[in-house]
Amino acid sequence: MVNIKELHKSYITGANRLHVLKGINLNIIEGEMVSIMGSSGSGKSTLLNILGILDNYDKGELYLNGQLIKDLSEKKAAWYRNKMIGFVFQSFNLIGFKNAVENVALPLYYQNVPRKKRNKIAMEYLERVGLSDWAGHTPNELSGGQKQRIAIARALISQPKLILADEPTGALDSQTSLEVLDLFEEINNSGITVVIVTHEKDISERTKRIIHLRDGVIENENKPKPSLKYV
Amino acid sequence: MFEISIWQEVLSTMRKNLLRTILTSFSVFWGIFILMILLGSGNGLKEGVMHNFSDANNCVWLWGGRTSKAYGGFNKGRKIQLKNDDIQFLGHSYENLENLSGNINLPGAITVSYKNNYDNYNVQAILPGHQATENVQLIQGRLLNILDIEQYRKVTIIGKDVKEQILKDEDPIGKYVNIREIPFLVVGVFDDIHPNELKRLYIPISVAHKTFIPGSNIGTLTFTLDDYSVDESESLVEEVKQSIALKHRFDAEDPRALGNWNALKEYKKMQALFNGINVFVGVMGIFTLIAGIVGVSNIMLIVVRERTKEIGIRKAIGATPGSVVGLIIFESIIITSIAGYLGLLCGISLLELLAGKMPASDFFRNPGVDFRIAVGAALLVVFAGALAGFVPARKASRIKPIVALRDE
Repeated sequence: MVNIKELHKSYITGANRLHVLKGINLNIIEGEMVSIMGSSGSGKSTLLNILGILDNYDKGELYLNGQLIKDLSEKKAAWYRNKMIGFVFQSFNLIGFKNAVENVALPLYYQNVPRKKRNKIAMEYLERVGLSDWAGHTPNELSGGQKQRIAIARALISQPKLILADEPTGALDSQTSLEVLDLFEEINNSGITVVIVTHEKDISERTKRIIHLRDGVIENENKPKPSLKYV
Repeated sequence: MFEISIWQEVLSTMRKNLLRTILTSFSVFWGIFILMILLGSGNGLKEGVMHNFSDANNCVWLWGGRTSKAYGGFNKGRKIQLKNDDIQFLGHSYENLENLSGNINLPGAITVSYKNNYDNYNVQAILPGHQATENVQLIQGRLLNILDIEQYRKVTIIGKDVKEQILKDEDPIGKYVNIREIPFLVVGVFDDIHPNELKRLYIPISVAHKTFIPGSNIGTLTFTLDDYSVDESESLVEEVKQSIALKHRFDAEDPRALGNWNALKEYKKMQALFNGINVFVGVMGIFTLIAGIVGVSNIMLIVVRERTKEIGIRKAIGATPGSVVGLIIFESIIITSIAGYLGLLCGISLLELLAGKMPASDFFRNPGVDFRIAVGAALLVVFAGALAGFVPARKASRIKPIVALRDE
């Protein structure tokens, strides 16, 4: 699903050159649920942005679903983002003046799905995250957990192959975090690849594979030991 | 891009940000409103003044004055009197003079009576051509003709007011009215755009020379020039003046000996003046409109800035740069079009109201905007909307999602 070879990325800030990713090699197969861990500044968000074609990279290769993603035009990138990838952000990033169902339906607007049809589909996805009763509410009338579930519904509506979540529980309390994680697990079980960036150990432990990032390189990879669950 | 979804998308955005939408609209509304008022008023002013030129606007008037220069052995201060033979002389010398006529304005108020009704009117003795010069509109009967002149018929055509005031409801044709106690047969009734000329009677000049003013003097000499440019008509008038100067033996350079008024020249002068005024008014209006458009552009820039995050989100979930440009430009076009249309409507309504309520005067009448100009302005507004949205839209399309979505 995701194949990264010798990926380099640096930012230029004024006279300084900040080398963020220093040769990443990573292979995520379809249906995996992976977490990327690392302290702040380790490059994990940058890696996620590159995976999500929100950012470009300097050197190396990135394949998504077998397709080389390099130097795409903005239009092409938008198309891939829309069709292949669903985003979930720490701060939800819902559109404030749109209600829940309109927010969920938005990706389909960019696929030219007629309004009635896309709102109907959006309702189905709202139901799936258990929020169909809140369809007419705007984000500021909803709790953090509800907002994140709406964001997840929005990420799912275009039936992507890959869900990218950037600290999806960072703004949530532990109870709602667990609910959101349950949801991710459910999504993963339906066959969608899930990549979660987090710095919380108990979040990453719920995933099937943990990738530790440190100063722009992958430090080690490990699968959580089953025994941990019984500790 | 013009499918129904984008309308719904833009309209719902506008509805949810109503105050912003209204404030943005107002600047454009105001621009178009002022443009319409200015153009309409300019037009009203033009109509008012040009109305005074509703006689044949290619006519030339000549009248005798007093010499201010000694010439050919004559002292200055000599009266120059035009006579019947001057008309014939000009008629023979210049083939292009049309509707050549001599006229006498009978001095003083002339009492005209019919049965027991009488009033004072202006009576003018003319040749038939003068009726064209005055742009007389016949509403009943016939105009004076050359036979009336040649056969010294005591006939008259009377103004609409004269008919209403002394003939009341009677059919005027075939009735005799007394002009200074002399009966004249009414052969026609006329209308004229100038209200004061409706209290007037025209009689054949030959009759006047037999009855009221014996001799062959004429007061003014008039003719019209078809298809002449201002320069051509001016040079012809100059030629005519020289011929008359030669005939009456005064200095052709004498400004006081022969008065003349060339309607075409004055008409063109006025026309040029009003074209100038219109251009000025239009330019002012356009600048007001530009201020409105810059206002829209400015507000759209703020809107884009305000919506940076939203646009970032849209891009992250698949909005192409083109769709973002479309979103902003479309919103801009919708706002300017609706506001512009309302401005157009209000401006034109106000002008119509003014036109209805305000009495027409010599300086202002029928303010209004040409339909074509209104349509042009409407199209201009749509174009302006696109223009106003362009810079902000381009800015919006260059927003990078990762920058927009960075947590602050």
